[in-house]
Amino acid sequence: MFEEYSMAELTDILFMQGFAGLILFSVLVLMALGLAIIFGQMGVINMAHGEFMILGAYTTYLTSHIFETYLPALFDGYFFVAMALAFLVCFALGVLVEWGMIRFLFKRPLDTLLATWGLSLILQQLYRTVFGAREVGVTLPEWMMGSYAMTETIEVPINGIFVMVLTLFIASGVYFLMFRSLWGKQVRAVVQNRPMAGAVGIDTGKVDRYTFGIGCGIAGIAGSAFTMIGSTGPTSGQLYIVDTFLVVVFGGAQSLIGTIASAFTISQSQSTLEFFLSGSMAKVITLLIVVGILMLRPQGLFALKIRQ
Amino acid sequence: MRQRSNIRFMSRQEVLGYVLLAVILLAIIPLSLDVFRLNLIGKYLTYAFVALGLVLCWGYGGILSLGQGVFFGLGGYCMAMFLKLEASDPESTKIQSTPGIPDFMDWNQITELPWWWEPFRQLPFALSAIVLLPTLFAFIIGVAMFKLRVGGVYFAIITQAIAAIMTILIIGQQGYTGGVNGITDLRTLLGWDIRSDSAKVILYYVCSAALFICLLLSQFIRYKKLGRILVAMRDREDRVRFSGYDVANFKIFVFCLSAMFSAIGGAMFTLQVGFMSPSFVGIVPSIEMVIYCAVGGRLSLLGAVYGTLLVNWAKTIFSETFPELWLFAMGALFIAVVMAFPNGLASLFKRYIEPKLPAWYSGKTAGLGASIMRTDSSKETVGKEALEEKNRVVSKPISKPETVGTMAPSSDEKLEGGVYVD
Amino acid sequence: MSTKHEDFVLAVEGLTVSFDGFKAVNDLSFYVDEGEIRVIIGPNGAGKTTVLDLICGRTQATSGSIKFRGEELTRMKEHQIVHHGVGRKFQNPSIYDDLSVFENLEISYPRGRSVFGSLMFKRDREVIEEVENIAEIIFLQNDLDKPAGLLSHGQKQWLEIGMLLIQKPDLLMLDEPVAGMSVAERKKTAELLNRITQGRSVIVIEHDMQFVEDIAHRVTVMHQGKVLSEGSMERVKNDPKVIEVYLGH
Repeated sequence: MFEEYSMAELTDILFMQGFAGLILFSVLVLMALGLAIIFGQMGVINMAHGEFMILGAYTTYLTSHIFETYLPALFDGYFFVAMALAFLVCFALGVLVEWGMIRFLFKRPLDTLLATWGLSLILQQLYRTVFGAREVGVTLPEWMMGSYAMTETIEVPINGIFVMVLTLFIASGVYFLMFRSLWGKQVRAVVQNRPMAGAVGIDTGKVDRYTFGIGCGIAGIAGSAFTMIGSTGPTSGQLYIVDTFLVVVFGGAQSLIGTIASAFTISQSQSTLEFFLSGSMAKVITLLIVVGILMLRPQGLFALKIRQ
Repeated sequence: MRQRSNIRFMSRQEVLGYVLLAVILLAIIPLSLDVFRLNLIGKYLTYAFVALGLVLCWGYGGILSLGQGVFFGLGGYCMAMFLKLEASDPESTKIQSTPGIPDFMDWNQITELPWWWEPFRQLPFALSAIVLLPTLFAFIIGVAMFKLRVGGVYFAIITQAIAAIMTILIIGQQGYTGGVNGITDLRTLLGWDIRSDSAKVILYYVCSAALFICLLLSQFIRYKKLGRILVAMRDREDRVRFSGYDVANFKIFVFCLSAMFSAIGGAMFTLQVGFMSPSFVGIVPSIEMVIYCAVGGRLSLLGAVYGTLLVNWAKTIFSETFPELWLFAMGALFIAVVMAFPNGLASLFKRYIEPKLPAWYSGKTAGLGASIMRTDSSKETVGKEALEEKNRVVSKPISKPETVGTMAPSSDEKLEGGVYVD
Repeated sequence: MSTKHEDFVLAVEGLTVSFDGFKAVNDLSFYVDEGEIRVIIGPNGAGKTTVLDLICGRTQATSGSIKFRGEELTRMKEHQIVHHGVGRKFQNPSIYDDLSVFENLEISYPRGRSVFGSLMFKRDREVIEEVENIAEIIFLQNDLDKPAGLLSHGQKQWLEIGMLLIQKPDLLMLDEPVAGMSVAERKKTAELLNRITQGRSVIVIEHDMQFVEDIAHRVTVMHQGKVLSEGSMERVKNDPKVIEVYLGH
């Protein structure tokens, strides 16, 4: 399938596809970071994670509308406000969900999976009732539109670069939160030995609640980023959820580096394959490869070997 | 205490339960509903096969598969391929550019029947493929996963990914699979018009009978030691392993069995509804099938049937009157069943209805049931018998696996936390 | 000792396992004789439980060999090791709470262990007699129909020992069999062990020194994944190295 392209063309294609992959990578990483934090900490698979992302996207959409209508002068900067709001809204809902539902299902991961699926259905219908079934898109501020020409044949869109920088920023933020802060120390203590963490005075319930909230909040930011590269509908979140799960599991549930590396692998292979095959076959092959590798190495790429 | 040496295939309650279900399915429903509604119930019953498989696999084995739609779909597609080929004879497809191949292939500029469609011209092949193909697929997944000890949430996620892959594949390869519309316009089975009213009634009975066979097979498994090993495995996998069992093989077996049930359900679906499409394969339908099982009670074989009927009936009512409310109701159902009624209708029945039923139901009086129960205890003395009677009441829950599951999480916690001193 | 290699029931040689560089068991060797009761003691984290995990196949060894009656165990799966006659009791009582005592024992009965075997398994007189026989040994003859989850902690420990006995293992491995037991229960358990160890070899991990003195033929002291000292209880007790790391405090 390579014969028809010259070497230079091939490099450019790979580069452009690679860049397209990077945007997908950014959304996947943001989605997966939240999910990985929750899964690593509580062993809970949050099936409503995609809906939290969409909540962030709708928040961004509303914010853009409000700025457009009431504060057109500040429109250039609305996106940063929207991101903060998206985080807060999702964080609040996440804390509420943990308090009202997840904490009762402690140690029942499969049941939690079903319950959060129920939550995702409710949220989807809620979005449909409030925002309508049609997909909505946001207007980007002037400075984010257009693209930057690197060479004659290679052009990269500015919003893509923005999303990537944002991802980098959030990922390092999460890293510092988890590995350099007292809070992170508490979280890791709870992960490693819950009863002991409780015994030394860590309020494990509170740690769970905020962890869940932060995971959902990051999904909200992912939703903000998502509005820049796609339009938002009530069920858009569902399209990403399987990929995100695979990213988390593939990376090894408790490793941040693993999450990022596996998001990179999955998004890159998918977008590269996409150019040569049809989009659906690219996805099938990517997923098959991931599932295949997971069958061989179920603990994921970056799991620690620990003493049972 | 000899009772334990004489574990029975069915308890008195279970016999009555099966009889009641048989009366409802084979007499009350067919006599009281018109053909359209009967066909609808028949369609619901095809999902009950999946729910039944999930009771064994998830309720007993503790393996939650979120990809049962894959097997339902494979079974359904195998049936649909046979029916489609029968409907695509050169005579009735003569307006196509290539007569004699299914219409959707013609639309996709395919000029020759793919080789793997060819054997589906034979009914015996198609029928065996319905049963064997999904089972084989489950076997491959099972070997790969269980031999490497993948379980729990990981298994659920991977089966879900497989459901996603399968849907994308079917939709993407529309020239070979009919794409998003699926395989439609199925008419006859060996010349017999399956769309006629009489055929629908007959197929309803065939479906019910097949469901009963699967139910009894499940009952048999539960009654044998295999059923108890599944329960044991769910609770203490390591202990089972160190009692000398190859745990993976048991998981593979029960997963394959549940796949086979689902596939039979899928084939019955195709026959009764007249088409098969990827909308029964993917993530959403697969997880919806889990809720049928959960509503009925994940440990109750009969509950799976009632749960399926109830949820689908509610779905139909809702979608006819308030379609926008259905997802709210469904979502709430998922949450409620997990949080408030983890053992579903079966546990509600046990708690609220069973105690109110007359004594003959449970067979506690010295009636026929009781004397059958004690056939091999004839040598025991009368005094000891009285003691046994008492013991039997005390130990009643354990002879009824439905209730047994309920006590697992809480009592386990309490006992371990309270008594353990070290 | 002039015994040849094959005379040992269990020969562990050069056994090492490392978890991400940390060697929980490091070049460990020891031998268990036919009919011997061997007690492994050592401070927490010495690798005692890991040794049992390695023998019964729960953990894969990084290097070294474990020979049971001359057969290499390190390459076998857990259930195959059980079939060869090694039984293992866990530290926390590991029984099936949802099944009755009878069913707990029945599942451990060594017949019909394949999928189809278990489908064809019949609860015949032989099984019932054996279960009742074992139940009597483990003091549970009156609780056969009770759900195992309702037993007391001590009774659960006994039940698990019973589940091993019914497998008729040649080598029995017990991880802290008296942990969490009352004094009376400890005494009863010591009796029980002395009775059931007739004709088989036993490896016990225990912290209770009185209990160890009661049952041990020989004692192996482990420290940081290695054998620190080995011999009779008397000898081990007076070994200055042992006193320093373990018995002293």
